[in-house]
Amino acid sequence: MNYGIVSQEQLEQIDTILASKLIKLGVDCVIIIDMAGNIITAKDNGESKYDVYSFAALAAGNFATVDAMAKLVGEAEFSLLFHKGQESNIHFSKIDDELLLISMFGKDISLGFLRLNVVEAIEQIRKVWEGGNG
Amino acid sequence: MSFINLKDKVVQVKIVYYGPGRCGKTTNLEYVNRKFRDQIQSEMVSLKTHGDRTLFFDFLPFDMGQIKGYDIKIQLYTVPGQVKYNATRKLVLKGVDGVVFVADAMEKQREKNIRSLNQLHENLQAYKESIFKIPLVIQYNKVDLKDHGVPILPTAVLRKDLNSRLKVPDFEASAITGYNVAATLKKIISSTVVSIQKKLL
Repeated sequence: MNYGIVSQEQLEQIDTILASKLIKLGVDCVIIIDMAGNIITAKDNGESKYDVYSFAALAAGNFATVDAMAKLVGEAEFSLLFHKGQESNIHFSKIDDELLLISMFGKDISLGFLRLNVVEAIEQIRKVWEGGNG
Repeated sequence: MSFINLKDKVVQVKIVYYGPGRCGKTTNLEYVNRKFRDQIQSEMVSLKTHGDRTLFFDFLPFDMGQIKGYDIKIQLYTVPGQVKYNATRKLVLKGVDGVVFVADAMEKQREKNIRSLNQLHENLQAYKESIFKIPLVIQYNKVDLKDHGVPILPTAVLRKDLNSRLKVPDFEASAITGYNVAATLKKIISSTVVSIQKKLL
């Protein structure tokens, strides 16, 4: 499977999924990156002003570090990586071994509800990804 | 590996500055950050220890204009050089497209340069990359210290130690003054972009 090139059609489908599943829910910004820190796609609600390239590099490093710690304590992975602030929160979720979905959201959205939508979004994204290389 | 976004016509290229502790990797990026400010859309990210050593990585995104209608976005990273941070170096190397190996020209750093280069070889192998195939540029940093009475290795000795088998482009440099920092960067960018183009043909 070649993750180095993504077609326009695939990205448009993925952007549609992110918009309908997450941005519509009220998520401020959602980014898909690969584990090397490259941005696959980034979508926001029109109000966010994040530096997405630096964010992607830090997120990949953050997730890789936590994943390495999971291995050290004998776990295959930690399924939940979540940072909670006063006003903003960040949720990380693996799409597969190479891709990571990061959601940034405010206090109006519950983590549980977000996670349900993230799981559904990821399931749909996997189908798009697999279909593109079929 | 590089990431090519056909929809937005963007190519993301990851270049990592690697080398022994305190050799000047971060100083290279700090110089680039100041010198090419107009091509850098965001602040440099540095994750440092209390003693100002790189703890995880430095990151500097750098826009390089267009090639064949695609925006080239260079992502410059450094790694922590201390021996104990090898697990971190390995993580940062994931998906690397090109490497700048920064050697420290000080005489007392000779063995550390060699050990670090050997470890780079091993760390790349962990990702099934070969140090003999990946775009690589070597920089012999701190040559300015000669003017301050600090014993440094002649470039010929550094080249023999580090580049006799690799035979890659190399530059003597001074990251603190900026001497050959831009030349090093231009060479690794051009080598890496050419390499990516070859892979796509």
